[in-house]
Amino acid sequence: MSELSVKLQTDLDTFSLDVDFECESSGVTLLYGPSGSGKTTVLRAIAGLLKTDQCEIRFNGDVWQDGTHFTPPHHRPIGYVFQEASLFPHLSVRKNIEYGYKRVSKQDKRIDFDDAVSLLGVEPLLNRAPGQLSGGERQRVAIARALLTSPSLLLMDEPLAALDNKAKQEIFPYLEQLHTELSIPLLYISHDHNEAARLADRIVLMDDGKVTATGDAHLFMTRLNLPLSHKDTATAIIEGDVIEYDEKDQITWINVAGSRVGLSGYTGTGTRLRVQIYARDVSLALSEHRDTSILNILPVTVLGREELDNSQMMVRLKLDDDQTMLSRITKRSAEMLELHRGKQIFAQVKGIALL
Amino acid sequence: MEWQTVWLTVKLASVTTLTLLIIGTPLAWWLARSNAWWKEVVGSIVALPLVLPPTVLGFYLLMLLGPEGPLGNLTTTLGLGTLPFTFAGLVVGSVIYSMPFVVQPIRNAFESIGKRPMEVAATLGASPLESFFSVAVPLARRGFLTGSVLGFAHTVGEFGVVLMIGGNIPGETRVLSVAIYDHVEALEWGQAHMMAAGLLAFAFITLVLMYMIDRRFQDRDT
Repeated sequence: MSELSVKLQTDLDTFSLDVDFECESSGVTLLYGPSGSGKTTVLRAIAGLLKTDQCEIRFNGDVWQDGTHFTPPHHRPIGYVFQEASLFPHLSVRKNIEYGYKRVSKQDKRIDFDDAVSLLGVEPLLNRAPGQLSGGERQRVAIARALLTSPSLLLMDEPLAALDNKAKQEIFPYLEQLHTELSIPLLYISHDHNEAARLADRIVLMDDGKVTATGDAHLFMTRLNLPLSHKDTATAIIEGDVIEYDEKDQITWINVAGSRVGLSGYTGTGTRLRVQIYARDVSLALSEHRDTSILNILPVTVLGREELDNSQMMVRLKLDDDQTMLSRITKRSAEMLELHRGKQIFAQVKGIALL
Repeated sequence: MEWQTVWLTVKLASVTTLTLLIIGTPLAWWLARSNAWWKEVVGSIVALPLVLPPTVLGFYLLMLLGPEGPLGNLTTTLGLGTLPFTFAGLVVGSVIYSMPFVVQPIRNAFESIGKRPMEVAATLGASPLESFFSVAVPLARRGFLTGSVLGFAHTVGEFGVVLMIGGNIPGETRVLSVAIYDHVEALEWGQAHMMAAGLLAFAFITLVLMYMIDRRFQDRDT
């Protein structure tokens, strides 16, 4: 079993860090929390870039650090992507990427140079100098460079935070591809809700130097007692199987918990899809309306509700297959509909976005 | 022209610069990275020759290295004889005298790199020593260039320390700056002129070349 265990106690300038968590290390684990909550410190300790006394780090049964032992960073099988790409300015893009690659012994090389370079789309950049690249290109090179050390654990410290929106959109597909095409576990720091929704399998929630919760990302997104569900962009991730593509109306129909849900555009058939539904796009009804422009109506059960402010209410809903989603409605509507736990109602979904 | 004197001057400056690069680089790295409270004490000792009259430095070196001095005793016991009025003594004096000119630019260059590139190298599997040579040194090359040029040129131009501990022995310790002084003392203006003009041209060309190479490095880094 692939597992990461982190125990860390240290006093930093502005706050003290006291972290103790274990998580399965396959897939994407998101270290999520507001800025200044200690996420980067945790990541640096895992990488061995920060040496503190009260620290115990284990990965897959190997001790990387405890009271008596410290494995230096260059002996840990990690890849690290920093917030700023931090390419070596004196080396070409190719030399940058080869820097880690050539230091991996032959039998440990699990990722092919050409594969990584094409996965991140950096072939056309190989002979350039880092100074000639855009921010997004630089970060892609940095990711390829980290990947080619054939890490057992890939650490990313907000790799998109320093980029503008356009560059973010440019990189995102590559990150998602990493997720689906490589089996390298990824520990990813973010305080961006959208990144959390799109990438994470599992979330480690941090606040003020402490881990406040650890668990499945999709469930976390909708848990009413966690901050993720209180945001303006509160969202749920729902999975469904593609049924068919309607060419005339240009709608892809997918099966979500037994209901037909339509997504505009062609998304391919025969696969399982992840879609994102914003809480603000979901309205609730006691009966299944047919006389509405809303295409997607799902039978749901109310799981709970939480006041957001004096007028808004967040309602957590369960689909027939136990997936959860959110609806943000006014307090007045919630009272009118008499929403209480266990009540069977219908969710009308105005917009669905493919992930 | 006294080619022997020119050759000796070049030899002294080369040996001094090389020695300074070898001992100055780790020293500059330590000064750039250490958190020890006494770091600046060491930094000040290194910088002393900048503000001290060369004659003061030369005088104390003479005391230390002479037959009565503690270091002189040591070198005599080791069978090396005493260092003053030898080429080796001149090298020792020059190394101390020119040290700040080599260490300071390299230290500044190391400091401006920051910690990040070394951290990146470590996460890419490079040991600290590998990272030092493949990342820190190339990134600090402007500092190395400036340090080497200043160290060399400053050694060529030194006078006071040489006079105090080197004297004026042709082929052994008689360097250009001392030779110029001699010629002036002897009212041999022509010879003094030739050497002085040569040094002036050398200094000017060296500086122009240094600034040009430095600009090319800078362009490539940005």
